[in-house]
Amino acid sequence: MKEKEVLVLEDLLGSNNKIAAEIRAKLTGRGILPINLMSSPGSGKTSLLERLAEHLQPKYKMAVIEGDIETERDAERIRAKGVPAWQITTGGACHLDAKMVGKLFPKIPPDLNFLFIENVGNLVCPASYDLGESIRCVLLSTPEGDDKPKKYPKAFTTADCLVITKSDLVPPLPFNIERAQQEAREMNPSLQHFITSAVLDTGIDTLAAYLIDRLERIRRRHA
Amino acid sequence: MHEVSIIANLFKILEEKAVEKNAVRITGVHLKVGILSGAVPELLQTSFDMYKKDTIASLAALHAETVPLRTECEDCGAVTTKDDFVFLCDRCGSSRLKTLSGTELLLEKIDMEVE
Repeated sequence: MKEKEVLVLEDLLGSNNKIAAEIRAKLTGRGILPINLMSSPGSGKTSLLERLAEHLQPKYKMAVIEGDIETERDAERIRAKGVPAWQITTGGACHLDAKMVGKLFPKIPPDLNFLFIENVGNLVCPASYDLGESIRCVLLSTPEGDDKPKKYPKAFTTADCLVITKSDLVPPLPFNIERAQQEAREMNPSLQHFITSAVLDTGIDTLAAYLIDRLERIRRRHA
Repeated sequence: MHEVSIIANLFKILEEKAVEKNAVRITGVHLKVGILSGAVPELLQTSFDMYKKDTIASLAALHAETVPLRTECEDCGAVTTKDDFVFLCDRCGSSRLKTLSGTELLLEKIDMEVE
């Protein structure tokens, strides 16, 4: 019997990242833009998607993968907007991973434009898992407070865009939009910023235009 | 608490490596955990100790080394250790920073007993 030291240097999220890269390549290759939505529970991911459906659906086809610990509730809300939605119930797991998304692959219609993946409400664990998205979108709702970016560094440093939601609630709250954006910008200078209210339907058009622009880029690249 | 999922994946790799190297027992596991990896060393430790029972690593110790965030400025070349997650160069203020380390979550090496 002898002692041996074996050098490995293997990424512990490597198997997830490999599946994610395959998903991204397949989707973008078909001209589909995959978007991963991450936020705390209750910050308005589903409401944002309902409004985005109204802005995108007339011209574009979207579908939604809903991640929750339990229930079909979010998928039902999305379907009520005429958008195909598939629910993943993780049964307790705090995040989606690429394998779960990959299993739904056969269901994805080939003529789709946007595939939204609504992650489990949690700003910590989902941030470590690449799901094969081209755009990682973090939502921060105004009642949560403007001090969140530095509290959740992984989510905010890996995001492509920050969507501040529930902007209609700002007046009675101590939430300072500029302060939240500035803190996030320092952590992630290339972050794109959006300010939205699903209730008033403000800012959703700008976000939709950004997503359409990204879709067009993917289509051009794969034309 | 996704550390449990990470440790489950770690054990898959450990089992594979043990077979490949004809290990009788794994005695130590060394991880490099970046401060921006999204994983917490203490929770990795707890999950590891829960998971290791009745495996080839049942007596193994986990050494999870925290790796600080280090960046290099692409404009002035300054290499800095960041503890505030502000991605602006401390010397020249540029936002063009390259991350050198601090985001990794690596199985670095395994100590094992072989035949």
